[in-house]
Amino acid sequence: MSTIPRAEQDPPAEAAAAIPEFCNAAGSGVSLLDEVRDLVAHEHLLRSLVMRDLTVRYKRSVLGVLWTMLNPLLMMLIFTLVFSVFFRFAIKHFEVYFLSEYLPWIFFSQTTANSMASMAWNGPLMKRVRIPKSIFALATTLSGIANLAISCIPLAIIMLIKGAPFSSAVVFLPVSFLILGVFTLGVSLTLSSLSVYFADIKETYQAAVFGLMYLAPIIYPMSIVPEKYLWLVRLNPLVHLLQIVRDPIYNGRLPTPHDLVISSICALAALISGWLVFRRLSAGFYAQL
Amino acid sequence: MSAVKAIEFDGVTVRFPTTRIPFVKEWFVRKLRGTAAVDTFAALSDVSLDIQPGECLGLIGFNGAGKSTLLRVAAGVITPSAGRAVVRGSVAPLIELGTGFDHELSGRENIFFNGALLGRSQRTMRARTDEIVEFSGLGQFIDLPLRTYSTGMVARLAFSIATAVDAAVVLLDEILAVGDASFRERCEERIRRFHKSGCTILLVSHDLASIEKLCDRVVFLEEGRIVALGDPPEVIRAYGERSGFHELRHNRSLSPGVPE
Repeated sequence: MSTIPRAEQDPPAEAAAAIPEFCNAAGSGVSLLDEVRDLVAHEHLLRSLVMRDLTVRYKRSVLGVLWTMLNPLLMMLIFTLVFSVFFRFAIKHFEVYFLSEYLPWIFFSQTTANSMASMAWNGPLMKRVRIPKSIFALATTLSGIANLAISCIPLAIIMLIKGAPFSSAVVFLPVSFLILGVFTLGVSLTLSSLSVYFADIKETYQAAVFGLMYLAPIIYPMSIVPEKYLWLVRLNPLVHLLQIVRDPIYNGRLPTPHDLVISSICALAALISGWLVFRRLSAGFYAQL
Repeated sequence: MSAVKAIEFDGVTVRFPTTRIPFVKEWFVRKLRGTAAVDTFAALSDVSLDIQPGECLGLIGFNGAGKSTLLRVAAGVITPSAGRAVVRGSVAPLIELGTGFDHELSGRENIFFNGALLGRSQRTMRARTDEIVEFSGLGQFIDLPLRTYSTGMVARLAFSIATAVDAAVVLLDEILAVGDASFRERCEERIRRFHKSGCTILLVSHDLASIEKLCDRVVFLEEGRIVALGDPPEVIRAYGERSGFHELRHNRSLSPGVPE
């Protein structure tokens, strides 16, 4: 049975014959260091969870990409018609204006919703083997980021067709995606932990998400917001997080330091509070799932 | 007796809520009224137990006695409400066979997915695939989706995977109850091999004959507490006596065949 060396399981300590010791104690919950270490040890699982998400979506290759883009493209057509034609917003390349925030928005709203579904879906797994429970929120965020990156291809094609200018500022996008990803991971951790306990979180959240979308200048230009309501729109952290994606794509410039700082602070705050909620609740998942 | 234990349970208590507050709204209302605390029952109460490296320990008891809960605490799936469990060495948990499977994937793909769950790489699992397929006896079924399998086939695959990965501590929950007679024999054979190679084994089973054959010591759990601990024949006898009593008490109509 044990003739093959155990190098795979405990790589660095192998030679020192260090036996992995696992302590399962009552108390304050898992420590951040332990969780990160556990996530690293389950790198293969993380990879296969992400791959499973992506292959389910892209199994039918071209059709898969089209399918992913169907919703944004359909929305683009409708909103272009309604706002650019009916309302006559004076926005140049409305399609690009819209998609440059709608795509990251879709990433945020779908990833957070998927993270809750993933908790329910993988409940039996968590009850069977010890896995770092934050792996599911992390996996949905990573596959969401991959989808976001893939959806930039059709966006680039639309920009070419519409003759919208490309700027070298797009090389900044990975940083914007990273900040947005951290924020999304934090919100996902909070929501998915709560959703294990409360069945109505999902519905409540869907309503909130709907509201948040209209409170961000995704469809409309910021200039139509009356002065006295500006604070309300700016209160929405997503306004800044989406702006740092739109700036390099649509405005052809780097995000302003102002938006970058606020986005980063929001992302960190979301991650920290997400971790705290997760840590507080994760020990009780077993009884709730 | 070795000074370093393979598994230590130290005053382990596990409480489960008996009620749920399923809605945020309700939780807030209860919080305001100060009735947010829910009732709990203890699945395990203050269980302390040391298991030596290389020991095969059997867990017996009636349904709901806490056997599986204790196994899950060792596996790290359940966090105790009080006390702690320390496990030394990599663990191969065999709990609730087959629930970690994706039924849309083929048996072969599930080998890799299950390996990943246990923290094993593709490479490791690839090296073991032939052995797993061979032991499971699934033949060409291995490339069909899992949803086409019978319950017994799923269980055989799960057992084959979990016992093919290297582990110092093996947790087995009712695996002898699944599969046909010949598979069961091979399971027992494999458990014996584990035992010989120095693995620590924690085995839950209602099959007392197997427990007596395989285990060095046996624990009899009742209502979350250790009632008896020691040599297999003795503890099994104690369990048998309680069992007659238990069935008379709870289950009179169902036990006409039990000699009293």
